[in-house]
Amino acid sequence: MFDIRPVETDYVRHRAQQFRDQVARRLDGSLTEDEFKPLRLMNGVYLQLHAYMLRVAIPYGTISPDQMRMLAHLAATYDKGYGHWTTRQNIQFNWPKLVDIPDMLDDLASAGMHAIQTSGNTIRNVTTDAFAGAAKDEVTDPRPYAELLRSWSTDHAEFQWLPRKFKIAISGGSRDRALVAAHDIGLRLVEQDGKAGFEVWVGGGLGRTPMLGQVIRDFLPEEDLLPYIEAIIATYNLSGRRDNKYKARIKITVSERGLDVFKAETEEEFLRRRRDFHGADREALAIFKDRFAAPAFRNAGSDGYQAERQANPAFRSWADTNLHDHKVDGYASVIVTFKSPGETPGDASAEQMRLLADLAEKYGHNDLRISHDQNVVLPHVHKSDLAALYLALREAGLATANAGLTSDIIACPGMDYCALATARSIPIAQEIADHFRAEGLEEEIGKLNIRISGCINACGHHHLGHIGILGLDRAGVENYQITLGGDGYDIPAIGQRAGAGFPAEEVVPAIDRLMRAYLEVRESASERFLDAYRRLGPAPFKAALYPEAAHA
Amino acid sequence: MSKAFTPTAARPGVITANDLREGHNVWMCDEGWTADPKRATVFEDEAIAEIALLEAIGQADRVVGPYLAEVRRGPDGPEPTHFREAFRQTGPSNYFHGIQAEKAQAANV
Repeated sequence: MFDIRPVETDYVRHRAQQFRDQVARRLDGSLTEDEFKPLRLMNGVYLQLHAYMLRVAIPYGTISPDQMRMLAHLAATYDKGYGHWTTRQNIQFNWPKLVDIPDMLDDLASAGMHAIQTSGNTIRNVTTDAFAGAAKDEVTDPRPYAELLRSWSTDHAEFQWLPRKFKIAISGGSRDRALVAAHDIGLRLVEQDGKAGFEVWVGGGLGRTPMLGQVIRDFLPEEDLLPYIEAIIATYNLSGRRDNKYKARIKITVSERGLDVFKAETEEEFLRRRRDFHGADREALAIFKDRFAAPAFRNAGSDGYQAERQANPAFRSWADTNLHDHKVDGYASVIVTFKSPGETPGDASAEQMRLLADLAEKYGHNDLRISHDQNVVLPHVHKSDLAALYLALREAGLATANAGLTSDIIACPGMDYCALATARSIPIAQEIADHFRAEGLEEEIGKLNIRISGCINACGHHHLGHIGILGLDRAGVENYQITLGGDGYDIPAIGQRAGAGFPAEEVVPAIDRLMRAYLEVRESASERFLDAYRRLGPAPFKAALYPEAAHA
Repeated sequence: MSKAFTPTAARPGVITANDLREGHNVWMCDEGWTADPKRATVFEDEAIAEIALLEAIGQADRVVGPYLAEVRRGPDGPEPTHFREAFRQTGPSNYFHGIQAEKAQAANV
């Protein structure tokens, strides 16, 4: 039964204390590693290639300035001065000591934060559009529903030991920016006869068996959200495979059993479950809708913005690239990319986090978002403040005008940090970004989405990149497979493997050939690489990647 | 991955793990555990290595996840044969952190 917990701080503190006790019992030998491992994973603690790693939850990527300062404090106090934004809108700290993690969880609890359910076979962080509540094309703000799902799924007794991890994304824009089709459950807010509801997708996921989800319900009224989601997960909990870790995700359950069978079971379960919901969920939703009310937007002129655009080409270039249309006249959403040349995609220093917290207070209605593409968004900035904001960001090296361009690469930590990785991702991302900026080709190429994963588990979402790169271990040498034509947004598509993999040093030349071939064949500057690929098919691009084969 | 590796005279191995309290990488040496991979005890005999691995597993109050990793003998001590182990012995390539930084710091003391 769903119940509202208006103040969760006590619960979070309690969980931190529990973990402190568990660590103490592990250190004094009362718990074996086999007993301790699932407990630490429940609290987001992994053991990685060089150290422990703590993954902290940032529910649907929404974070306050004070919470951002808390992350900065953790980075500076317990880590090496930085953290890493993940592709699921969370943050990872790469160097904590196990003995310090209980203190980190206490500190987080004081800011209303935690690491609960950031690992383990449970419902993970619910993700959404980084422009939620701000985007011009938004149908309905997804955050109240995301908060309802978060609140309901946290410590949900029935779903703590699912066959495998479970990821939900929710999108409120007329354009999907939450990768709905690539999640275990994807929800798209739609309206029918003036009523808000959801198009419900199920069975999507990447990893070693990438699949796009399927629509299980065309329209689910909003009041049925929790019972229906509960019915899907309860059905999966019983029918999902537990004999083989690699066949345990819901995408396999749905594809093996068939959507019709899975849907019939879900609908039957839904009728049973709905009887147990007596309205607390709907009351909670009403509270959350109030909580996510729009800030007090200013009604001011933006002449200064236009003047600065005319006067300052660098500002104009940044504004053309890194702003997103806002639903309120005079406002814009600002994308602060963490993809400066030479930097690690998604890494933020404590100083940068503190600056963003200050800037959000000064110019951004106290709102910050972590985007799934490892950037930070200030969702509500008045255009008259953009010039000052740009200056402050530029001084901190955070004003790179590259949102959505070649160097705005999504990359997992790869074998520089991850114990599961089969090759490195970060140096490949850095080399590609450096190369195309040095060649001056980035602006000419235009919108391009490169995604890199350091293993088949696909945390870098390489299948969804226009260009995807997958790092593998081939006979003891790092080797990179390239996929083409993936799309997480408008027309969801899994990228197709282009051919044999490349050694690390041949990746940049291969991508360079690919881009030059694209520039040759595109019909106009507005035809993106992905559009040209869809129009022409893979042949001309494979020929560019493998010139020897083409001439053989 | 090297977790199922068993050493021979032609393909020697070391035992490596993570420090339980702090998480950093450690190698079994004659005196216990060391953060310096060059000081690791080199095993060339499968039976002796497996007994040592059992001993390492028994030290769960000190280390996590011990396993045998292949090495070759070098002038300064054992050297990794696989890039994963090489990264574990140095640190990440994007920052000068981890063992590479600690070594540099120790050299400057």
